[in-house]
Amino acid sequence: MAAPIDSASDVVASKTSMPSLKSLSAVSPLTLRIIAECPVTKARACDLKLPHSLVNTPVFMPVGTQGTLKGITSDQLEDLGCKICLGNTYHLGMRPGPALIEKANGLHGFMNWKRNLLTDSGGFQMVSLVELSEVTEEGVKFKSPYDGNEILLTPEKSIEIQTASVRLDDVVSSTVTGPRVEEAMHRSIRWLDRCIGANQNPEKQNLFAIIQGGLSADLRKTCLDEMTKRDVPGFAIGGLSGGEEKDDFWRMVTLSTEHLPRHKPRYLMGVGYAVDLVVCVALGCDMFDCVFPTRTARFGSALVPWGSLQVKQKQYAKDFQPIDPDCKCPTCKRHSRAYLHALFKNDTAAMHHITIHNISYQLTLMLSARQSIIDGRFPDFVKNFMRKMFPSSDQYPSWAVDALASVNITLDQH
Amino acid sequence: MKLELSRVVQGGYRLGVLREIGRASTSSLEVPGCLLYTRCGTVPHLTQDTLHTLSPLPSVTQLTLSTVAEHQEVLEEYKDGFKKFAGLHDTVLYCSLHDPLTPRPAGHVTNKTVSVWGSGGRIELTVGRFMALQKALRPDLYQSMADGETWQGDATSRKRLRKSVDRTLAHLDECLLIHQQTAELQGAEVLGVVEGGDSLEERLRSARETAKRPVGGFCLDGFQTGSMDGPLRTQLISAVAVELPEDKPRLLQGVGRPDEVVACVEAGVDLFESFFPFQVTERGCALTFDLDLSLDPERAGITPSTPVLELELGEELDETWQPERGRDAELEDGAETMTPFEMDLKDTKYRGDFRPLVEGCGCYCCTNHQRAYLHHLLVTNELLAGVLLMLHNTAQYTAFFRALRAALANDQLELFKTRVLRIKRVV
Repeated sequence: MAAPIDSASDVVASKTSMPSLKSLSAVSPLTLRIIAECPVTKARACDLKLPHSLVNTPVFMPVGTQGTLKGITSDQLEDLGCKICLGNTYHLGMRPGPALIEKANGLHGFMNWKRNLLTDSGGFQMVSLVELSEVTEEGVKFKSPYDGNEILLTPEKSIEIQTASVRLDDVVSSTVTGPRVEEAMHRSIRWLDRCIGANQNPEKQNLFAIIQGGLSADLRKTCLDEMTKRDVPGFAIGGLSGGEEKDDFWRMVTLSTEHLPRHKPRYLMGVGYAVDLVVCVALGCDMFDCVFPTRTARFGSALVPWGSLQVKQKQYAKDFQPIDPDCKCPTCKRHSRAYLHALFKNDTAAMHHITIHNISYQLTLMLSARQSIIDGRFPDFVKNFMRKMFPSSDQYPSWAVDALASVNITLDQH
Repeated sequence: MKLELSRVVQGGYRLGVLREIGRASTSSLEVPGCLLYTRCGTVPHLTQDTLHTLSPLPSVTQLTLSTVAEHQEVLEEYKDGFKKFAGLHDTVLYCSLHDPLTPRPAGHVTNKTVSVWGSGGRIELTVGRFMALQKALRPDLYQSMADGETWQGDATSRKRLRKSVDRTLAHLDECLLIHQQTAELQGAEVLGVVEGGDSLEERLRSARETAKRPVGGFCLDGFQTGSMDGPLRTQLISAVAVELPEDKPRLLQGVGRPDEVVACVEAGVDLFESFFPFQVTERGCALTFDLDLSLDPERAGITPSTPVLELELGEELDETWQPERGRDAELEDGAETMTPFEMDLKDTKYRGDFRPLVEGCGCYCCTNHQRAYLHHLLVTNELLAGVLLMLHNTAQYTAFFRALRAALANDQLELFKTRVLRIKRVV
């Protein structure tokens, strides 16, 4: 499967005051400049030049599945400093459909988002909605959950829907083993070639190849070898974050970054827990996406440096501090835990407040990681982060300890 | 609080400015006008950042006791009042008893208590508790406790109406007594409540007696849409208005439909709640007023930018639609029915419509998004639909009041009615 970084349609691009970027993008839609590399770990800070704006990595990309970010306006998202977010081919292909999106000047125009968009192929949905799908060499056959019509999503069609880009993958759940995994991996390679062939706008749309191979090191390696032979602008590490053991997860991540070319961006799909983000930055990943921060927000769970805070719990009814006194987001600047607790009983705006806070938390976390890489103190950043996140060192998850040790960080005992 | 009227039509509308409202006495509100409707201090769906993309906003925010009564203990411990608690800066806070959109089951009013319904169910309030809440909330203005149950049920007897007027007056006297002794409420104003159901005699008695008390203004209760016929409502309000002092504002509760608003303004009402834009939002609709009275009258009702005409009702509407029509049906539906001032964005005809909701509307939604996107958000049940519609509908509703005031100032009320409300004059 492939993930395309959608570079917007021209209309949107011309609306943003970036004529120079537009002309640049005709030459190359993506350039990666490595700003700093951690001398201890595999972490790196890069500037990713995309058609709509510069993205500083490591970066977390909020997910707007249906062409909207869960009650947040595009202005609010911009104000939070978000430079890139995700759309979803499967959902948008179903509703409102590719023809309409094209008429609206692409997904950028349709949702009025002026910065970068990354559209994900239908891969993950093939896993999550597996009973609705049938995978053949030609593509994936879906039954629309809305009208029951059968839809065949081919690699070519997925590129078309993305007017921007993403590529169709055959993904199997990361907990599935055996021949099905191998088959999926090989098919993904063939589909990548069909996607590359179908991409009409290589100068404006960045097609990322998605590394598959489940939890088998051999298969991953084969897939890496094959896909890195293709001249694609970037690579996504897929087929993980599906409920596999964390011990397997980080080994597959580090194996992938080991073999991916240094000068191309690495996007780890579906990762969004703070600890996972920090560890995988150390393992050399640049980009992440996950629905978790926005989904959990709607249940009243606010992300904080010490884990999470369940605003709806009674203990916060009379707690007049902000969610995180050190947080600079609009929610923390204006509202207390007590007010948000009360508002949750009355209005959806309570969810929006937490969503804003959580996106801000994720973006800020990645910005701090970046700054520490640039300042040459990333290992200390990781140690501090872990110390704040876990009340004592015996609560450190062993996989994280191992993963960090593999890149020469030994966590302190406390 | 001072009401400066620039124009009063005998037995009819009043145009002016309510000045020096609130404890800081720095705000003003033009009348006829509306308040800003909130639940627990938040305009439904909107964070402060999105809300403040709208300008100007009504300078008075309405808080309903039903959404905060359950947090009494919290607010008492907080001590700094509700405005600070909710992060509301720069607004005047008005606290009313009931949420106009929360159903109130009958049969829970006693001699000494009234009940409000919060998220956790019924909360019974004595005057003591009611005033303790006001003390904790520290509003700038608040509605006195009232027995407003008379309008429920058909067989309200004269005796019950009299009782409600008596009780409400007794509550007011008690409230005023405690008010004067409460340091936290110094500088705040109490609005007295006029009850009396559909009895002219009781309405007049309630108005006269309330006017004798040191109140800052009046709430007209029991006239809610769905509880009373339009003509009876305006007739009673006109009669009540005569009894009320000219220099104090009159707030009408539970009426929000644009056509009903205009009829009540003509009967002498100054202020309205603004729950109507929220109702419209919740049914997935957008308000579509055509407020430019400077257009060629020949174009009235046929301008392409008036999507009202696209309603199923549309064609018939222009010829024969009268605001009174359909009222009966609405009484049954509890006013949930779409009005002729809206477009239903869930309709598939908007699927590929790339125009703004209303051409020329300056709200965040119309300057940034298109009907097709709103349609998509509604059919996919996305939360942003509520946010964008609430912004648009609030903008349209406040613009409606602005246009109404301008029409009153320019002697164009009849034109406003034909053009904006599409009321054909009966020849």
